[in-house]
Amino acid sequence: MRRVVVYIVLVLFSFLCLVPIVWLVVSAFKANADFQTYAFMPPVDRLTVGNFPSLFRQMPFLRFMMNSFFVAGVTVIVQLFFSSLGGFALAKYAFAGKKTIMGIMLATMMIPGPVLLAPMYELIYHLGLIDSHLGLIVPGMVNVFGMFLFRQSMVSVPDEMLQAARIDGCNEFQIFWHVVLPVSRPMVGAFCLIAFMGTWNSFLWPQIILQSSDRFTLPIGLNQMVGVYEADYGAMMAGTLLAVLPVVVLFFLLQKEFIAGLTKGAVKG
Amino acid sequence: MADIAFRGVNKIYPNGFKAVYDLDLEIQDGEFLVMVGPSGCGKSTTLRMLAGLEAISSGDLFIAGERVNDLHPRTRNIAMVFQSYALYPHKTVQGNIEFPLRMAKVSKDEVRARALKVARMLELEPLLHRKPGLLSGGQRQRVAMARALVRDPVAFLLDEPLSNLDAKLRVQMRAEIAALQQRTGTTTVYVTHDQVEAMTMGDRVAVFKEGRLQQVDTPQRLFERPVNIFVGSFIGSPSMNLIAAHVEPASDGLALTLAGERIALGDGLAARFDNPGALAGVVAQIGLRPEDVVDPHLVGADQRLHGRVVMTELLGREQMVYLDLRDGTRVVARLHADHRLHSGAAITIGIDPARLYLFQADGRALAYIG
Repeated sequence: MRRVVVYIVLVLFSFLCLVPIVWLVVSAFKANADFQTYAFMPPVDRLTVGNFPSLFRQMPFLRFMMNSFFVAGVTVIVQLFFSSLGGFALAKYAFAGKKTIMGIMLATMMIPGPVLLAPMYELIYHLGLIDSHLGLIVPGMVNVFGMFLFRQSMVSVPDEMLQAARIDGCNEFQIFWHVVLPVSRPMVGAFCLIAFMGTWNSFLWPQIILQSSDRFTLPIGLNQMVGVYEADYGAMMAGTLLAVLPVVVLFFLLQKEFIAGLTKGAVKG
Repeated sequence: MADIAFRGVNKIYPNGFKAVYDLDLEIQDGEFLVMVGPSGCGKSTTLRMLAGLEAISSGDLFIAGERVNDLHPRTRNIAMVFQSYALYPHKTVQGNIEFPLRMAKVSKDEVRARALKVARMLELEPLLHRKPGLLSGGQRQRVAMARALVRDPVAFLLDEPLSNLDAKLRVQMRAEIAALQQRTGTTTVYVTHDQVEAMTMGDRVAVFKEGRLQQVDTPQRLFERPVNIFVGSFIGSPSMNLIAAHVEPASDGLALTLAGERIALGDGLAARFDNPGALAGVVAQIGLRPEDVVDPHLVGADQRLHGRVVMTELLGREQMVYLDLRDGTRVVARLHADHRLHSGAAITIGIDPARLYLFQADGRALAYIG
């Protein structure tokens, strides 16, 4: 009986979670005129695929998508490299000031992002990176959250394995590259997904930095569709649906490792 | 292959704990040296200093005549097998074995050939494509050995490699490792807390206690001529009985007083000690190995001790007899099981003076001949 109740609650919650997604899918196939008439689902015969050609007519959607892929891809790779390297150092080396450094790192996580927008803008401006993809990538190269994530997972790699690698001829970087990083693979999968989603969905910072439309990433490009006097919601929803797809595909590709990584972090926490 | 020499080596940890004191130890080229001692005696620290995993606080370490104190482990060309095996879980058996060669940038063909040769030697060929997680303890142990052997190292270090195996496998691997060492002739340093491993495997055995090297000698000499009470009681199972005693002159030579009884020493000691006369007044304790307790009928009436059986353990043809001597001193004797003894029974045991170990008050053994 208790099981049944649990399942009913779970089903209810999954419906709640599914509502926005279903709404998005339905809206992508809804004519603009129906947005005001039918809040959720119009009659099936009123559904249309017309929003997609309209989307491609109105904006260089593929260009935006390529921009997003480039920025998110490079950011994830660079972030993965530096975060895992930093996490490795924090997990496996004793050095002066380690606790202080970790404390400062933790403190930076408590500063809300928007507070940093102005100083970061000034920094990027002086670096000459305004209106460039580098301006999006550079501030995100090191991720404190990622470093802690990797530290937690690498702490559990046995010291003897590192020593074995040292004796087998590895220098410290090779130990990281050939032994510790591959052993932390579940965390790598989880981190890639989190980092990719963060960058892919990032809106505020690109909105501030990017000026030329040929450099826009997807969220910025789609936002252009909201005009002062009118908005093509149908095309926007079609674009949003297409924009969500890569994240969904990535999640299914990394699902196993993502869940393994999360639970591992939880247990070792 | 190479000679290894520790010269006045000390290890002091940052927290002030001194793990190894003034270690002087020479290991010959091709030798199988076993370091043995209870936990925390400094044997593993010594091995780790040799591997380069621990810094040497003071003193010098030489490998093949070269001072290696400041060399990184990877430049020492030393191979090591860890207690946990420390295999790389993401690599296959083959990947594990090949790893040191790949790091040394050996050509691909040679890597394959050498890995295969070692895998064959250790009967790992059918397992080459498995990951360590799918192997049994004994197989993992062999992979760790293969990974160490594949490099042709100057020395081979093993840190309690058998302690995670079950008893039967341990005996088997013990023999395999010893045979392998003889075949390859690589200088080998083996750390264990198990004195049976030490006695059966090593050319020489170094006994450690509380960071100090107590004695280094062949297993036989270690057993027969321990330099102090610690070595005497550590080597041999069950441990040597230690009984407070003193030697004094008697009408027919020397006599030993212990447990309220007198044992005539006769000339039994003359064969082992260069100046038996000097033993009087110096001996504070005697060591008596359980297997050295003899049938009372084989010795004179003045070479017997009397007591009462407390407990017995039957071990097939033999029995371990725990008995209390007249003054209550507990002694263990390994006797033939023909005549089963029962608790509470009176017992007489024979003492052969030629098999006694004599110790001074400070624990040092009295000088042996030769």
